[in-house]
Amino acid sequence: MVLQSREEPCGIEGIAWRGAAAHMRKTMDQGPNFSETPHQSVSFDDGLTLDCGRHLNRLTVAYRTYGTLNAARSNAILICHALTGDQYVAETQPVTGKPGWWGAVVGPGRPVDTERYFVICANVLGGCMGSTGPRSPHDERPGEPWGVDFPPVTIADMVRAQKRLVDHLGIEKLFAVIGGSMGGMQALAWAALYPEQVFAAVPVAAAAYHSAQNIAFHEIGRQAIAADPSFHGGRYWAEGVTPARGLAVARMTAHITYVSEAALTRKFGRKLQGASDLLIGDRFEVESYLEHQGSSFVRRFDANSYLTITRAMDLFDLAADHDGSLAAAFTGTRTRFLLVSFSSDWLFPTAQSRAIAKALNHVAANVSFVEIMSDKGHDAFLLDEPDFHRTLSGFLAGCAEHAGLGS
Amino acid sequence: MNFTQPVRFVAKNMRVDLALIAGMVAPNSRVLDIGCGDGTLIDHLFRTKQCDARGIEIDMAEVTRAVTHGLPVMQGDADSDLANYPDAAFDYVILSRTLQAVEKPREVLRQMLRISTFAIVSFPNFGHWSLRLQLLFGGKMPMTRAWHRMWYETPNIHPCTIRDFFALCEADGYKVEQWLAADEDGKKAPWRKFASLANFFGEQGLFLLRKV
Repeated sequence: MVLQSREEPCGIEGIAWRGAAAHMRKTMDQGPNFSETPHQSVSFDDGLTLDCGRHLNRLTVAYRTYGTLNAARSNAILICHALTGDQYVAETQPVTGKPGWWGAVVGPGRPVDTERYFVICANVLGGCMGSTGPRSPHDERPGEPWGVDFPPVTIADMVRAQKRLVDHLGIEKLFAVIGGSMGGMQALAWAALYPEQVFAAVPVAAAAYHSAQNIAFHEIGRQAIAADPSFHGGRYWAEGVTPARGLAVARMTAHITYVSEAALTRKFGRKLQGASDLLIGDRFEVESYLEHQGSSFVRRFDANSYLTITRAMDLFDLAADHDGSLAAAFTGTRTRFLLVSFSSDWLFPTAQSRAIAKALNHVAANVSFVEIMSDKGHDAFLLDEPDFHRTLSGFLAGCAEHAGLGS
Repeated sequence: MNFTQPVRFVAKNMRVDLALIAGMVAPNSRVLDIGCGDGTLIDHLFRTKQCDARGIEIDMAEVTRAVTHGLPVMQGDADSDLANYPDAAFDYVILSRTLQAVEKPREVLRQMLRISTFAIVSFPNFGHWSLRLQLLFGGKMPMTRAWHRMWYETPNIHPCTIRDFFALCEADGYKVEQWLAADEDGKKAPWRKFASLANFFGEQGLFLLRKV
């Protein structure tokens, strides 16, 4: 979901990805070549006990930071990434060589200004960019990865892992937790789990639970992965292959849910690729684009991680953890909230953000709520949306004033 | 102006009311401004009286403008969203020049005094002499600075006079702690002691209420 920002410009120009897609059609069945890129990380030898009851003996959290922590350690902002994102929020991603996924939002002079704030972003628990996940060594059989034996994790587990990192960095209270989509779920979970440690929370294009429709789309992706002959029951690593075809189909399906019908029509309509060749090999541009989305994804993502993280999203239901009352999750909160939705987002529609706002009203929380007009669908949170960026920037500036952060 | 969009206020000149309303609010109090527009009043209350002031606004463009200026404002509707707040969540709830435009003014007032100790309400006075004269001699719906939209497109579906408002307060058991009439430029009208004169000469009424 996160890569869209990097690939969108290619899609619009319609040039760069065509060649790449053709190339990847040849190579994707040969399996992606995961580079063993080193990631900055911290490990905790006492591990982490998960919501499922299992205990991970060792917890590693891979992360990146930007900017400088002030003397009072009061200017830290945690960015939470989405389903397929990573910790490389505002710099070149070392595996893909592409720019950071939220460069428009995080950086010097950006809404999350790294000249003013100390920005942290961690790879989620269950991920595949250096944090503990299905590719990490198995607790009992260190010679092999966890694979499908990796315990199920929850959004709250991800947040607890991030909390360990934040503690490790010596930060008692985060100035803000900001995230879009699954990152927004984490921002909500942060505010619910550690209300005293979060001055401001910004869930963007998020929801307090994963809807039946969202779970259904995830299940298609998981079924596609499981149906790939190279999946080998999740032990593909033992066979030296990866279920690249299944993972690519999962990504293609998911990608459709990230964009709006209007955006697809605007970019591709019914245009054919290679119009000179009308008989054989004729393809709609949208097909080629989707295939590119799928094939470039498998180069950087692990199938078992995809299964683990999609499940964590499906399991998310903040109200269910509080006897069915979303408001109860925030009782007594002093956190300042900004909820942002996008008008054409049908995956995490505005109604979901509004429901969170109402729950926060029930506990008289300090909440700002804005729906940004955009035709770009769920992915809008990653793209150039000046109204969103101005809103976020203004909200943070207002919070900084209330928090006593100098400008 | 797009008339297909709901417009919930008329002559939204917050500057006019701002000083008068702010004068009724105690420092360091919790305030909710309903129909807060771009948040001018809540910003003013925060900066001059250190209030914990928040806003609800129905127009998303105004909400975005307010949040962009760092103000805690959410998109919402006075008619439906006040029910979401707990009892006594605020010290003051403000409804500035919006009462005449809501679906259920009586219910909105009831909710305001449920979620807050005080309610501050201002509205353009339909009893002003110029409206009376226009109706009397012209025989058509009056058009003034405050009532400047044709009857078929006005958002002001529940106009009332200052005397009407006094009557509602009495019927529903609200104590009028303070009240005043003012002209459109926010100058206090000098008929403080006589509601019937204020009702004739005041272009807007401003009330501070609490439950008896």
